[in-house]
Amino acid sequence: MLGLAFVVMFILMGLLAPWIAPHDPLATSWSAIRKAPSVAHLFGTDEIGRDVLSRVLWGARASLLAGVVSVCISLALGLPIGLLAGYLGGWTDGLISRATDAMLACPFLILAIALAAFLGPSLTNAMIAIGISATPIFIRLTRAAVLSVKVEDYVEAARAVGNPHLRIVLRHILPNILAPLIVQATLAIAAAVIAEASLSFLGLGQQPPAPSWGSMLNTAKNYIEQAPWMAIWPGASIFLLVLSFNLLGDGLRDALDPRHS
Amino acid sequence: MGKYLARRLASILPTLFFVTVLIFGLQQLLPGDAAVVLAGEDQDPGVIAHLREKLHLDKPFPVRYAYWLGGVVQGDLGESLRIQKPVTELIVEKLPVTIQLAVMAMLIALVIGITAGVVSAVLKGTAWDYAANIFALWGLSTPNFWLGIMLILLFSVQLGWLPASGYVSPFEDLKANLAAMIMPAFVLGNAIAAVLMRHTRSAMLQVLNSDYVRTARAKGLHEHVVVLKHALRNALVPIITLGALEFGTLLSGAVLTEQVFSIPGFGKLIVDAVFNRDYAVVQGVVLFTATAYITLNLLADLAYFLVNPRMRG
Repeated sequence: MLGLAFVVMFILMGLLAPWIAPHDPLATSWSAIRKAPSVAHLFGTDEIGRDVLSRVLWGARASLLAGVVSVCISLALGLPIGLLAGYLGGWTDGLISRATDAMLACPFLILAIALAAFLGPSLTNAMIAIGISATPIFIRLTRAAVLSVKVEDYVEAARAVGNPHLRIVLRHILPNILAPLIVQATLAIAAAVIAEASLSFLGLGQQPPAPSWGSMLNTAKNYIEQAPWMAIWPGASIFLLVLSFNLLGDGLRDALDPRHS
Repeated sequence: MGKYLARRLASILPTLFFVTVLIFGLQQLLPGDAAVVLAGEDQDPGVIAHLREKLHLDKPFPVRYAYWLGGVVQGDLGESLRIQKPVTELIVEKLPVTIQLAVMAMLIALVIGITAGVVSAVLKGTAWDYAANIFALWGLSTPNFWLGIMLILLFSVQLGWLPASGYVSPFEDLKANLAAMIMPAFVLGNAIAAVLMRHTRSAMLQVLNSDYVRTARAKGLHEHVVVLKHALRNALVPIITLGALEFGTLLSGAVLTEQVFSIPGFGKLIVDAVFNRDYAVVQGVVLFTATAYITLNLLADLAYFLVNPRMRG
């Protein structure tokens, strides 16, 4: 519940950023360079006088968008491919499984960095890169779930009465494999938020001057002695958002998966 | 054993094939004419023509792949266009630094993760168990580049105990080397410690409920002998094999950690290559990483096979 509450808080933060941010996140001020937290700037200001609190609030948008869109891409690719592999079996399954193994052999972030490097640096490309890199996990999970469900009596019965394959998959198999996928999707959002922050930290995600927590940290590391507040708040925000999704994922697993209760 | 090894080796060949297709296929993602993009700022038509010929860019995809794969199987991963050195040489040069970082990180992760996992399982339901679980959640949720920056703030800026960045070879000055590597190794080990803690906890809980542990207790053995000698020794097998699978996390984390602490290792090599648009290096590093991962996976499987008599059937 705590995880859900924090996730909702971050969503509201992102949605309401234009109204609740005290300053324009892009407005620079030469008279307020690297000012420590004060009443005028609760989280302080950055190296060109921008308000850190406003940038943190707006940065929630990039992180949440990246987390959710990347996982939607992974699901959109992984679910149908996993269904195909699990349901058809045979050489289709063999081919898909070997390709999935190959993708899983490349460490997640390194594959995402390579994809983002070839696609070019931008938030959209970072989301595509993260989404593709996380796809094999969903293929494997879907395939395994389909394999255990397709031998159930009700699927056999649906087949015996002459239902077409597509109907069996969509009406009888899909609804029964959704629970583990929902849990995995929630945990994958946490991983995607860290991945987007990592890519932005390396300069491969959200491009400046648009606010993103990862790119704020990238700049902040150069001013760690003079302005530590520049690093504390965006990092703490990533930590809290990721923690919230991890808590939510753990909670959903306990609720939806009887083996973990 | 021989049969199992042969079957396992045969199963990695198609995976390796797909890995090479995937990594070579990355080049297809480059927008526009690949030769122009690879030439970078140097738009000299001579350079572009040279690149097109050298990389067989005027040939169809399967032919280019065959040329590339031919080089790869002979250990030739291409040449860095910016540094003008073979990619294999660059990897061999940078690898020892990352291996040292990874080994130190893994040792830290094993000590923290296994200790926390054992304590949490033995004292299940107590405050220690909750504390260990909170530690695991913290480790899984903290972005390691942020943890690195915060440790620099504390130990370098505020306390002045450790250097904020820089790398010294252990052969030059071991003390300075360890001082420079301890923070990055801790940052890298932190997330893996969390994963190992969770594995250790569940493996220990399972073992502590088994018959032989009950027998050991019934014999009147001291509890610490039961936990350390009887339970942990058996729980360690899956923990060590799962630990080997954390190699990917280790390398992904090294990319960011090396960036934060300016360590000239493998991770910095790929990031620099990305910014120099040195695509052969990017491909080479990913291919090397994937192959290393598959090999480690195989070794972990074999180790599991050797120590687990039930699998030998």
